[in-house]
Amino acid sequence: MTSTTSMITLKVNGEKHVLPVDHRTTLLDALRERLDLTGTKKGCDQGQCGACTVLLDGRRVVSCLQLAMAAEDREITTIEGLAEDDRLHPVQQAFLDLDGYQCGYCTPGQICSAVAVLAEHAAGWPSAVTGDVRPEAGQPELTAEEIRERMSGNLCRCGAYVAIVEAVARAADAPGKASAVTARPEGARR
Amino acid sequence: MTVTAGKEATRSVGTGLTRVEGREKVTGAARYAAEVPFPDLAHGWLVLSTAARGRIRSVETAPVLAMPGVLEVLHHGNALPVDAGFVIPLLGTPPDSLVALFQDDRIPCAGWPAALVVAETSEQAREAAEALVVHYETEPHDILLSGDRPDAVALDSQVTGPGVTLKGDLEAELAASSFVVDAQYTTPQEHHNPMEPHAAVARWHEGTLEVVDANQGSGYIAQLLAQLFSLDPATVRVRAEHVGGGFGGKGQISVHQVAAVMAATKLERPVRVVLTRRQVFALTGYRSATVQRVRLGADADGRLRALSHRCLAMTSTTYDFAEPTTAVARVMYDADAHHTSNEIVRLDVPTPSFMRSPGETPGAFALECAMDELAEKSGIDPIELRIRNEPERGPVSGLPFSSRNVVACFQEGARRFGWSERDPRPGIRRDGRWLIGTGTAAATHLVMSVPSTAAVTAEPDGTFTVRIGASDIGTGARTTLTMIAAEALDVVPDRVRIHIGDSSLPPAVIALGSTGTRSWGWAIKIAVDELRNMLIPGMTIPPEGITARSDTTAAVVGLMQNAPKERHTYGAHFAEAAVDTTTGEVRVRRMLGVFAAGPIVNPLTARSQLTGGMIWGISMALHEEAVLDEVTGGIVGADLASYHIAAHADVPKVEATWVEEPPDPDDPVGLKGIGELGNVGPAAAIANAVWHATGVRHRHLPIRPDRVLSALSDTVRGKATR
Amino acid sequence: MKEFQYQRAGDVPGAVALLAADPEARFLGGGTNLVDLMKCGVERPARLVDIRRLPLDRIEPSREGGLRIGATVTNSDLAAHAEVRSRYPALAQAVLAGASGQLRNMATVGGNLLQRTRCPYFADLAKPCNKRAPGSGCPAITGEHHNHAILGASDHCVATHPSDMGVALTAFDAIVQYETAEGPGELPLTEFYLPVGDSPHRETALPPGALITGVTLPPARVAANSRYRKVRERASYAFAMGSIAAALDVRDGIVHDVRLAFGAVASRPWRARAAERLLVGRPADAEAFAAAADAELAAARPLAGNAYKVTLIRNLVVSELTTLVQEGTR
Repeated sequence: MTSTTSMITLKVNGEKHVLPVDHRTTLLDALRERLDLTGTKKGCDQGQCGACTVLLDGRRVVSCLQLAMAAEDREITTIEGLAEDDRLHPVQQAFLDLDGYQCGYCTPGQICSAVAVLAEHAAGWPSAVTGDVRPEAGQPELTAEEIRERMSGNLCRCGAYVAIVEAVARAADAPGKASAVTARPEGARR
Repeated sequence: MTVTAGKEATRSVGTGLTRVEGREKVTGAARYAAEVPFPDLAHGWLVLSTAARGRIRSVETAPVLAMPGVLEVLHHGNALPVDAGFVIPLLGTPPDSLVALFQDDRIPCAGWPAALVVAETSEQAREAAEALVVHYETEPHDILLSGDRPDAVALDSQVTGPGVTLKGDLEAELAASSFVVDAQYTTPQEHHNPMEPHAAVARWHEGTLEVVDANQGSGYIAQLLAQLFSLDPATVRVRAEHVGGGFGGKGQISVHQVAAVMAATKLERPVRVVLTRRQVFALTGYRSATVQRVRLGADADGRLRALSHRCLAMTSTTYDFAEPTTAVARVMYDADAHHTSNEIVRLDVPTPSFMRSPGETPGAFALECAMDELAEKSGIDPIELRIRNEPERGPVSGLPFSSRNVVACFQEGARRFGWSERDPRPGIRRDGRWLIGTGTAAATHLVMSVPSTAAVTAEPDGTFTVRIGASDIGTGARTTLTMIAAEALDVVPDRVRIHIGDSSLPPAVIALGSTGTRSWGWAIKIAVDELRNMLIPGMTIPPEGITARSDTTAAVVGLMQNAPKERHTYGAHFAEAAVDTTTGEVRVRRMLGVFAAGPIVNPLTARSQLTGGMIWGISMALHEEAVLDEVTGGIVGADLASYHIAAHADVPKVEATWVEEPPDPDDPVGLKGIGELGNVGPAAAIANAVWHATGVRHRHLPIRPDRVLSALSDTVRGKATR
Repeated sequence: MKEFQYQRAGDVPGAVALLAADPEARFLGGGTNLVDLMKCGVERPARLVDIRRLPLDRIEPSREGGLRIGATVTNSDLAAHAEVRSRYPALAQAVLAGASGQLRNMATVGGNLLQRTRCPYFADLAKPCNKRAPGSGCPAITGEHHNHAILGASDHCVATHPSDMGVALTAFDAIVQYETAEGPGELPLTEFYLPVGDSPHRETALPPGALITGVTLPPARVAANSRYRKVRERASYAFAMGSIAAALDVRDGIVHDVRLAFGAVASRPWRARAAERLLVGRPADAEAFAAAADAELAAARPLAGNAYKVTLIRNLVVSELTTLVQEGTR
């Protein structure tokens, strides 16, 4: 290894991968180009579209702005890691059943984001459209408006938004919706 | 197996079927162009011109070639020769000279490709491309489109029709009119921005050029690449299994493919070229800004005496592309005097291109807003005004309509939307900090069929295989065509396997102009008819199956010659908008579209396409605008943070539905397309709703908070000084 | 993007030492702005010192009874924190109004304050920009500037600071703590950003090589009745065209205490002290609010295409303070 490359371990979907990386390599490129996990998409490569959303220690992030080096030893979950064997994650199933996509390119990012949205909501996180953010106001109801705001970091150029919101709402009512990952509850590391 | 008589008692068309490739898409297994692995792959990175006009003086390749991993720098001094002088049958013209990549030192606009750096990794290629020094000799550039350009010319084209249509004495009819609207509407430069950036991998393998590409028609691209590189078409294979959106922006041969092929040929190894988002803005076409003047004159009961729609758009100095903006005026409304013209100004800019419902979309914005202004002036309800102006025959062509159910769409929409309770007065409904208004607009899109071929095989295991050079860019074509085949074969869709997105399949039209379902479906139906004739009950299917082939060329030409008609789809849009007059924010609260588009094959995916088009309308009405920088000639903020497209939070409950249409007995296929229809008119419906909310007309898009606030202050000032 | 060395800092002194040793080094926090700018070619560090795993990710009560927020606390954790939400609701709202859920999970408090302008000329190497390339010119002044500054700008630069969080922190008198090789220091956020003048490339008063370690929010009763409101070109996931953080304490109809700060109007979050001064002791009504806004905005120097921001900010002051009057008496 040189001063600008390193050998690192990436833990993706429960599997450890040891690989040399150029320090410039983003987590997105490491997944796509090095680990052949191409389900995570590159839409803008600058944090402006959400197509590259993955879960890092259970939290959604845009992998295009995440250096692979900085993701070392953290738990990475990609779209390929959501289904259990043949059984789709409830969010995936709802997208499929309700046609929550068209070209499919933003879809993995939308789905990963939606999985995290359900966990964030379950953890009581407010959003920009939550009327009263004070904790005493309680957990906001996951209305269509709340889903839209929370999903807004995932652009869809085909305009599949209507069915995506329906799919997220359906998955929110499905059992085991947050089975794959859980957002760290607020204050857990405090 | 043996062929058995009888039916499976199935009906596919008209029932919702989830996408054939749905599971692959929700699990991340679907691979798009840049995701197909090749051993020994090299990475190409384009270097675009920072000069807006001039010549490349020199390219300093030596320092870059010495950088780690760099394999090659291609530029006008060392590129492979290509021949871009051929005529593209679909367009009737040679291609944009943009595809004559690196053939000379000329720079006609900012963002023109100057070089391609190829390296072992994409990180190395990117850094080397950024480090490459290109010296330019610059010349003054001209990028300014305005309504008073004296150098505007009307353009006739094979694709977009005549530049000018003239009927009657416009000035006389205007003078005799009881109500006149004369307004200028402008729309900004808009970019397709499919979520998947353009990408291609090229390699030579066993004497064949293989290209895995992001495009709207692999057979078409293969044909053009063969011509450009003077290759035997049989030795070029292009594939595009999954395509992450196109909207017209992946319809033509483009820089990414040409660069990949050139580099792969020169380096004799696979090369991938992926555009950055910024490069997508610069290289892959866009919808021109438009400056439109609409003049309407109506008699006392609202009947149009005069209609004039003049549109100015821009094109480049390398290709004449005329946005066919007056297409809607040529179909929707007749008048005693009826004038339309599509004019272009040649500027030092990249070439605009077809973008989802080219022409109809900006044209419908202007014309359908003008109709709303006429409704306001005449005191006639906007829907009633349109009903009174329903033409008997094509206003320009004089041909009969094959069907025309726009009134049914308005009536059904009015009922569902609650239009009858609408108070026409603007600026009087308040909900907290919001002023509320509703608006409507008509939609129409041309119905075309383009010759296509297909092959359908009865397999020994009782399944059927459909092969057709179609493409699914998110339209749902793979699923829709499966259903069409299943219905024609009288089997459940599970028994039909379909192969598309590959130039080795039977040639078919690219995904363009909402022609896919109709053209491909027609070819599949004919092949199935033929296959059913070949299958005799009791016969044994041989191991290789029994295959029937079709070619719709004669049928398509025959229909155009024997039953010339105005063939279109129609619709009516309804929108409710809320405007905060203290901040200028506009929110669309609900939208409804009712469409008349022939039989709907798959209601599930049809709804997605139609609502997707309507959401484009929200995006166009409120968000999208690319601004050119006068100093550098390039776009200001060519990224998705500056160029806003509608996000989840901008999109309310959007409903799309359709009315039954009686079949046209002269039309053997019946199917129509819906890929673009939803995007014709929604921006006008929203703009009309904003007027109804506030009493202020917005004739320039997008209706941004700053423009709403400024217009309101102007109105207040105007009132104060009166 | 240039090749670079990458080091993960083990502790704060180590991080500061690594940066002090290499003038071409940068701290890497969430990376949401730095990595983007490296891709654009605006930033070309030779070394990144990753500070995300430093123990600076806590939110704790401060000695004075306020809150101390660690520099690497993510935007998400800040907005979800119970004390922040109940005692400084405008801060939670400001954070939630910024970026997207994904970016808020990555972005840190320190990085948020140090993020660069989103002026489109700044990030585009094909265009001149005095902030990026001093002396090259500012095309925004005559070009596309509908979202540029109306307050505190100069003939050299009219870019705005993009932070939402910083606007609320500014309203609440936040103090930035930092560490250098020479020892610790602190700066009130209102003095953290330098005036634009003729050196728009010099943005903060932080000493070279300083590492932000945290932000302290003093206790403030008024902050409990506070709001953040942001107006942007789409309903979410966009930078502000104008925003306001407002806090109000009204007693017997008279303004007892008030905090006002504006976003997207200047090269820094804009604390509206003139407006605040004018309001204290006055009746809490729309007329007083408008007069206060006018006093603050008297210094505005809008460009040809952004005069709407004066109206927008004035309207936001009136509407948000009016709402706070209603909410405060609830």
